[in-house]
Amino acid sequence: MIVAERKPIEKILEMVAPYKKILVAGCYGCVTVCLAGGEKEVGILASQIRMARSKEDNPIEVLEQTVERQCDAEYLEKFRDNIAQVEAVVSLACGIGIQYLAEKYPKTPVFPGVNTLFLGANIDVGKWEERCMACGDCVLDKTGGICPIARCSKHLLNGPCGGSQYGKCEVSKDVPCGWQLIYDRLKELGQLDKLKEIIPPKNWLRAKGPRTLVREDLTLER
Amino acid sequence: MKGENKLNNLKAGSNLEKVLASGHFACTGEIGPPKSADFHHIDMYAEGMKGKVDAVNFTDNQTAIVRLASWGAALRLLYKHGMEPTLQVVCRDRNRLAIQSDLLAAYAHGIRNVLCLSGDHQAFGNHPGCKGVYDVDSIQLISILRKLRDEGRFECGEECKVAPKFFIGCAVNPFADPFEFRVIRMEKKIRAGADFVQTQCILDMERFEKFMDLVRKEGLHERVYICAGLMPVKSPRMARYMQTGVPGMLVSEEFCQRLEKAENPKEEAVNITIDYIKRCQKIEGVHGVHIMAVAWEEIVPTIVEKAGLLPRPTF
Ligand code: SF4
Ligand code: SF4
Repeated sequence: MIVAERKPIEKILEMVAPYKKILVAGCYGCVTVCLAGGEKEVGILASQIRMARSKEDNPIEVLEQTVERQCDAEYLEKFRDNIAQVEAVVSLACGIGIQYLAEKYPKTPVFPGVNTLFLGANIDVGKWEERCMACGDCVLDKTGGICPIARCSKHLLNGPCGGSQYGKCEVSKDVPCGWQLIYDRLKELGQLDKLKEIIPPKNWLRAKGPRTLVREDLTLER
Repeated sequence: MKGENKLNNLKAGSNLEKVLASGHFACTGEIGPPKSADFHHIDMYAEGMKGKVDAVNFTDNQTAIVRLASWGAALRLLYKHGMEPTLQVVCRDRNRLAIQSDLLAAYAHGIRNVLCLSGDHQAFGNHPGCKGVYDVDSIQLISILRKLRDEGRFECGEECKVAPKFFIGCAVNPFADPFEFRVIRMEKKIRAGADFVQTQCILDMERFEKFMDLVRKEGLHERVYICAGLMPVKSPRMARYMQTGVPGMLVSEEFCQRLEKAENPKEEAVNITIDYIKRCQKIEGVHGVHIMAVAWEEIVPTIVEKAGLLPRPTF
């Protein structure tokens, strides 16, 4: 999933300072699962904003609404009535949802209420870790199902650098070395031979600018 | 590596290559460029090393700290001092476009040795918020240099009319983990095109000897020149720090204690380095030493002389 974290309240208050009536827009997708921007977090942020502003003697009206997914035009439609009434929106969806919401309502300023961090997994209570960088040409078959792009600090494709020691990455003793994990896993699978392959320089697939996916099998149906 | 006359079949024709190909025990030095826009220290250390080493490495923004460019320092050595540089290139700061372009210029200027490295992560340096490039890794970089030299083609496959023909070096760290993988990785580097190896500095001789056993078992010492990296460490405190605080380094108890027990640790640092040079000369498959006197460059000539490595061969 996409992992995000709530922006500090001070930053959000700065963004909404000029307004008297806003909408806090949540999403039931990834940000609900990672507890950054679901219905509950929408409620918390809305009351934080109201309280801060009434303390300053500068009250603000805050509407709250959460939809299934902000990265989907169909669900964004549901915001129409509320957005018609407000001066600005703070979206707690990931960066994709925030942008798509802004795109659909071009006359209303939309602000980010979260920092979108990475593509990761919830590995323990309150702990998320990056697992994929969406490189577009997956190599997990060669690396025992562990991603060298996302989990090696240098995105190395041909094995651990000289800084790998005691299972840790040279960057920090708190970070496991991705290549040690790959080595251990391949050893367990009896596939250490795979490490002998020299993987050539990667095509980072940026030649066409922002990446798009067009599936003709689907577009032709329309 | 044995049996044939390698001198008639040089890949780049650098002094370092000739020394190694002719079967001499190579001896190289290293200078870390300064964090400022002047050549003062480089000139000073270079003069000291003149005639004492076969080539001088210039580090490339070592430990991810901005320093005078390694190519700039290398050119200074070449033009001002008439000595041979080894250009270090890390993958952290430049993509394949910039690296290949720099290498064309370096070759056109007369640089012949290149050492390919991943580079310390930017988190270590003085701009930890920067974006690390790592477009290619060190093994891919080696293969790019080889492709340019042997096929006259850029990474993309396009022809390079006057292609740079470098003597291609790589680093090997026998002290990092996973230990068993280090030999596999070294073999990959050789297969990718490495001609010579400079090891991470050896502060644990036993582990290095163990590593060389594995290297010989795989026959790698016959496919590449191996130069053992050595570092004179002038204070016991520094040695202890490296023992625990530097990722990818191993420092033996013996090494630390020799410095700690010494009345004059600086003198002892020189003695240890000389001892290690002599031990390296006895290890089958070690073809030379690379002396990295980090922040103590002026000591290199003394070490070389006392170790009996003079005079250096000339061609
Ligand atoms: S290789 Fe890594 S970054 Fe690329 S798609 Fe697979 S998991 Fe994602
Ligand atoms: S220590 Fe491991 S994870 Fe860290 S940069 Fe090196 S190979 Fe990658």
